[in-house]
Amino acid sequence: MKRDVVIIGAGVVGSSIARELSRYDLGITVLEKASDVCEGTSKANSGIVHAGFDAVPGTLKARFNIAGSHMMEALSRELDFPYKRNGSLVLCFSESDLPKLEELKKRGETNGVEGVTILTGDEVRAKEPAISDEVVAALFAPTGAIVCPFGLTIAMAENAAVNGAEFRFNEAVTAIEKTGEGFKVTTQTDIYECKAVINAAGVYADTVHNMVCDDKLSITARKGEYCLYDKKVGGTVSSTIFQLPGAYGKGVLVTPTVHGNLLLGPTATDTLDKEEVNTTADGLNTLQATAGKSIKAVPYKSVITSFAGLRAHEEGGDFIVGESSVKGFFDAAGIESPGLSAAPAIGEFLAREVALSLEAVRKTDFIAKRKGIPNVALASKEERDRLIKENPMYANVICRCELVTEGEIVDAIKRPVGATTLDGVKRRTRAGMGRCQAGFCSPKTLEILARELGKDITEITKHGAGSEFLTGHKGL
Amino acid sequence: MNTKIAIIGGGPAGLAAAVSAYDAGVKDLLILERDDKLGGILNQCIHNGFGLHTFKEELTGPEYAERFIEKVRERGIESLLKTIVVDISKETDGLVVTAMSAEKGMFEIHAQSVILAMGCRERPRGALNTPGYRPAGIYSAGTAQRYVNIEGKMPGKEVVILGSGDIGLIMARRMTLEGAHVKAVAELMPYSGGLKRNIVQCLDDFGIPLKLSTTVTDIKGKDRVESVTLSKVDAKNQPIPGTEEEIPCDTLLLSCGLLPENELSGMLGVELSPVTGGATVDESLETSVPGVFACGNVLHVHDLVDYVSGEASEAGKHAAEYVLKSTPGTSETPIRLETGNGVRYTVPSFVRPSRLEQLLTVRFRVGNVYKNPEICVYLGDKCLQRRKKQICAPGEMEQVIIKKTDIETMAPGETIRIAIETE
Repeated sequence: MKRDVVIIGAGVVGSSIARELSRYDLGITVLEKASDVCEGTSKANSGIVHAGFDAVPGTLKARFNIAGSHMMEALSRELDFPYKRNGSLVLCFSESDLPKLEELKKRGETNGVEGVTILTGDEVRAKEPAISDEVVAALFAPTGAIVCPFGLTIAMAENAAVNGAEFRFNEAVTAIEKTGEGFKVTTQTDIYECKAVINAAGVYADTVHNMVCDDKLSITARKGEYCLYDKKVGGTVSSTIFQLPGAYGKGVLVTPTVHGNLLLGPTATDTLDKEEVNTTADGLNTLQATAGKSIKAVPYKSVITSFAGLRAHEEGGDFIVGESSVKGFFDAAGIESPGLSAAPAIGEFLAREVALSLEAVRKTDFIAKRKGIPNVALASKEERDRLIKENPMYANVICRCELVTEGEIVDAIKRPVGATTLDGVKRRTRAGMGRCQAGFCSPKTLEILARELGKDITEITKHGAGSEFLTGHKGL
Repeated sequence: MNTKIAIIGGGPAGLAAAVSAYDAGVKDLLILERDDKLGGILNQCIHNGFGLHTFKEELTGPEYAERFIEKVRERGIESLLKTIVVDISKETDGLVVTAMSAEKGMFEIHAQSVILAMGCRERPRGALNTPGYRPAGIYSAGTAQRYVNIEGKMPGKEVVILGSGDIGLIMARRMTLEGAHVKAVAELMPYSGGLKRNIVQCLDDFGIPLKLSTTVTDIKGKDRVESVTLSKVDAKNQPIPGTEEEIPCDTLLLSCGLLPENELSGMLGVELSPVTGGATVDESLETSVPGVFACGNVLHVHDLVDYVSGEASEAGKHAAEYVLKSTPGTSETPIRLETGNGVRYTVPSFVRPSRLEQLLTVRFRVGNVYKNPEICVYLGDKCLQRRKKQICAPGEMEQVIIKKTDIETMAPGETIRIAIETE
């Protein structure tokens, strides 16, 4: 198959690049080894738009974080995904650490983060009453924000698809060969000939890069475990609460999610297995104890789920973004934190680089706006009434905890880059994300998926082949 | 819409409450049910054993439900199916129930009284914070029950069950009968959380081992469950290192407790008990919001549906009395019920003697297994009753009945205390 550009990886970075590149008159294919977009690092992270005070000035992390953070709010309106500027606090627990807090403030100012100030312990507690009495001061960054990582990724992917980018799932790249005019990209099922390759393969970006380039990359998967709590305690804090950074990243944070839950995490442990997304008793205990330092009381009893994600930590410690040593092969590698915040800016930058390199022209019919799936739970009475009149399926509640209707689930399946799995429906609609964790809704969601996809219910999976829910029909 | 009494939920509690409210003289009633049929969770409980107390025979869940659905039909009580209640709030002269359905869109029902009968949900894996992977093959027992009994599908072949609640025990038998291999039932506590008869009929009769003081400490499998690791726990329910046993399986079912589903009650401002998760109610099963009654598993989790029906009948009758303004005066100071040794909670939490007819039924659960205990009722310092039992266990609901005439002898400020005493 001949394409202009092949993007490897449909996480937040790959989807962002696809969306930005779909502004140009180019044939774009996104190859993803999983069954859906947003199946790797992008689905299991803090959901934070970092203000940008943390990254070392002059690094790509700093540059793309600041730029991404600036873009995010407008992007959330353009592409209709949940975003909230809630501000962030970095807590300082001892007078002797105050110079570090000052340093962080200076770093923020150097990076161009607006409005960073230092608050006293009492000012912090006046703002956030749940903050621990041990806190002596904190750095406040009003531009810190929270975002739905699924919403962001899916919105960009959908918009890219609407603008002609092709997404191919269940296709892992097995080889890349440099040819005269470009590259030959091989997957288990196909061969793609293209002029440019963009590597956005997350924790596997080293493998993909090393298929082509002589200067090798080495990416370590750094596991982060999280606990998510019931919306009942979602108001524990309103800002995102960090602790002064240690050697392993930004430490454990306490934050509301953009959907109103409370989130604690992540831990940081390096792992050799790049699929090791299990939680551990130690990890969950540690993260609750460590995060517990930030607040007066951890609402242990209100936990509704725990999960783990893997960040792609590159040896050099910075993002690797741009054309590699091989002409036409571009990297977006080592995209660990603040990768989610940076993704829109990385996409914009790389798309421009690739377009320049291919001398591509901008389309005149690019559709910049995207409208998301209607959200019955958040709709006003009048709006709900209108939706139900338009389509009665918006009254059939499937997920009672999050009030997600059949109409929304069908939408999620039928949209561009639509859901084909239970997890796909969940990330697009929140069905199953509530306090009963899909106990009541999963049988119904499976039925809807089977009906809409024209499959037998036993073929429906959680996240792709091998993760079927049902082992067979009764009596067979 | 207007109605005298709106009943939220058309399961066993809602049905019995509707019938008794009707029989007590309020004909203008409305049952609101989110499913496409009445009967609630009974519809998926195809095993027998229901109705021994109410009908003196062993019925299956759907049969038991049908008996009450028939009573509702005979009386011409209106029900709205596929209708989900999204809010209940107070208004000057009653209550407003906001609901949603395909047929009616968003609509309001103005009612003088509301009976909460929404039932309960299962505690999911997430709430247990069980470590491990998150593959397909982990279901709450009730979800698996729905797959097998309603959808006719098998959720797995090689099964481990965590928790010995009744649904888990019933599902151990059901999965076995359907051809699956149930390898073990693990229970965190040193005793089962289910009914004794279910241990015998669902585990012992099929040779399924019940491993007490045991929990799941790891789940392996990236796409589908491949194994679970069981560990023994110490007296503080903490896993004991070195006791791990990895059991290959493709399915983990969870039967680790039921939680009353009181989100609507919370929105309405109904006071909830931190112990049961259900409303705190008086002798009439009226909640802290006047005119709002609660019954069944949304009030506290029951062991037998017969008791749900009994309690719901009471709630229905009292709701009717409330609507008909025949409730005796409420100016008196209520008498509190206290939980003594071994008693986790009582329903009701307080009583107004003048509202009682003849007898007060107090339902409760114990917090541990007691052999040869005495269930004692104290009115103030005075021991009124002492009833010997062979055994009291957390899996089984207990009750005591106190005469109104005895309660009337109590001095002001005294409380009623229920306690478990052993020699």
